[in-house]
Amino acid sequence: MFDKEEINKIKKQKREWEKNTLNKTLDRFPERKELFVTGSGKEIERLYCPENIPELDYDKDLNFPGQYPYTRGVQPTMYRGRFWTMRQYAGFGTAEESNQRYKYLLEQGQTGLSVAFDLPTQIGYDSDHNMSLGEVGKVGVAIDSLKDMELLFSGIPLDKVSTSMTINAPASVLLAMYIAVAEKQGVTPDKLNGTIQNDILKEYIARGTYIFPPKPSMRLITNIFEFCFKEMPRWNTISISGYHIREAGSTAIQEVAFTLADGIAYVDAAIKIGLKVDDFAPRLSFFFNAHNDLLEEVAKFRAARRLWAKIMKERFGAKNKKSLMLRFHTQTAGCTLTAQQPDNNIVRVTIQALSAVLGGTQSLHTNSRDEALALPAEKSVRIALRTQQVIAYESGVTETVDPLAGSYYIEKLTNEIEKQASEYIEKIDNLGGVSYAIEKGFIQQEIQNSAYKYQKNIEENSQVVVGVNKFKIKEGAPKGLLRVNPKVGRQQVEKLAKLKSERNNGKVKGNLELLKKAANTEINLMPIILECVKSYATLGEICDVLRNIFGEYKESVKL
Amino acid sequence: MENKKIRVLIAKPGLDGHDRGAKVIARALRDAGMEVIYTGLRQTPEQIVETAIQEDVNVIGLSILSGAHTHLFPRIMEILKEENVDDIIVIGGGVIPVEDIPELKKIGITAIFTPGSDTRDIVKFIKEKVK
Repeated sequence: MFDKEEINKIKKQKREWEKNTLNKTLDRFPERKELFVTGSGKEIERLYCPENIPELDYDKDLNFPGQYPYTRGVQPTMYRGRFWTMRQYAGFGTAEESNQRYKYLLEQGQTGLSVAFDLPTQIGYDSDHNMSLGEVGKVGVAIDSLKDMELLFSGIPLDKVSTSMTINAPASVLLAMYIAVAEKQGVTPDKLNGTIQNDILKEYIARGTYIFPPKPSMRLITNIFEFCFKEMPRWNTISISGYHIREAGSTAIQEVAFTLADGIAYVDAAIKIGLKVDDFAPRLSFFFNAHNDLLEEVAKFRAARRLWAKIMKERFGAKNKKSLMLRFHTQTAGCTLTAQQPDNNIVRVTIQALSAVLGGTQSLHTNSRDEALALPAEKSVRIALRTQQVIAYESGVTETVDPLAGSYYIEKLTNEIEKQASEYIEKIDNLGGVSYAIEKGFIQQEIQNSAYKYQKNIEENSQVVVGVNKFKIKEGAPKGLLRVNPKVGRQQVEKLAKLKSERNNGKVKGNLELLKKAANTEINLMPIILECVKSYATLGEICDVLRNIFGEYKESVKL
Repeated sequence: MENKKIRVLIAKPGLDGHDRGAKVIARALRDAGMEVIYTGLRQTPEQIVETAIQEDVNVIGLSILSGAHTHLFPRIMEILKEENVDDIIVIGGGVIPVEDIPELKKIGITAIFTPGSDTRDIVKFIKEKVK
């Protein structure tokens, strides 16, 4: 953006400034630290100048919002047109209780739903399974069958809201249930807006709710891509997630690298079964973490957008503009929340949310202050939502597009993150791709190393965490935490027994038999799963059929 | 006991997939000179006790962030009792509300380390207890 002569002139002036001004100050007031580093551990210079971004080419590297490589955003007007979707991840206990929370959030001005399922649901067990004991309704809502799903969305018009569902291994089953509920409301699949997470690779890497081995899992995912291309043009078929990779301890650079590497694997898999890249790629979406280092995070979002656009264009030859755009949801970093002085978390969340907005997110979840202690209480969730609303309506950062562009530091960081993430992706390519890198434990170990380093930095006080290793106070036990009704497990088991005695069991058996046959062939499983669901076959029954045919994944643990 | 390394089983009971803490602690204990066995995810209480006995550990460290500790921790303590194991120290960690801690201690869990705990404190605690 500067010509050579100009840069040389500034360089020379900078040397003079260092000699005549800076050094004098440093003599009298030494800096706080010898070395300043980003959250990713990269050295930060004292001052960024045009000489740090000599090669920056406006057209090639930034361009205008809504134009390749989308560094400045995926839409031309961004938040001047419409704010991001304010979407709080919620769900606990029974479908009835979660339904109440959703209605409350919608009344409070939330603009999209985000369903948290309990662990048995996420792992394809019914509430009466042995492994479900103690887990039913704990970290999300318990869904065993279409009956529960009907209660979950009761009174919520599915053609009016967009719904995101954090469901991976059994994503097809929950998507089928959502379609079936909508049908009962008279809403056809093509009118449905929303997202299923459907990202199994990061489950193997970081999150842990896998069921089947990689190959059949990838088949289920590409089945969804194909089905949605035909039936659900507005549905985001996957949310390729860096969030959990970061929560597991990765750096910002690793988050971008491993997430986009997963993205590459999904695109490869879909092309391999004969889908055309521009048929499914426009519906791919992403999910990132917003951590503490505000400026590095902003650069991360911009770098991810630019790198994905290049990958889609250069590696996969995508032509459709929408295939090139990295659209993403953001959640603030749960791992930064402290159990000590929990109100301080409101401030952390604000900074993190701000990075997501300055980075051009399409939707946002802000964590509640009490999440290091328990599931969030209603009041805490409201403050978290209000935080987004204050940023949107009061802070002013939304009034112009990509306001930090052109900052020497932001542009330099954006370049660095893109470069280093590309190098990681190349390394993974050389290892034989993501699946192989996961099998060998490479990605997991890279993350574990970063997590360990982060912890050591806190313990050695080179990283201050306010209220934890500095500015500590004596405090009593926190009050007003949410407790999941302990009866939920029993209630779900009773509901399940009732369902099994009332439904047409012959039909269920027949459908499950058809599913078994279909799973043994190569055909798309979505239509038959939809039939199973409609006959009130349970999630566990459907997943058991698939478990028997596909087998179960065993993690490779390396410390 | 002098030359014998302290043996620790780090276990993830239940369906919870959050293993960052478990892995960080496993590594910190190993770096502090202990022999550490990590179970991986989705262990039943029965599996955990079986592994602990087979591996002849001095300590079991349980990690749960899903809220299922109220069910799974007591179950593990029950099975240990059934198996007549009384020389293994059991500690726990994760997202565990402070108000649950007295009950967990009553059933025989020696200590609960909640978010923000320093791994050096955990090392010190174990070294003092296993003597």
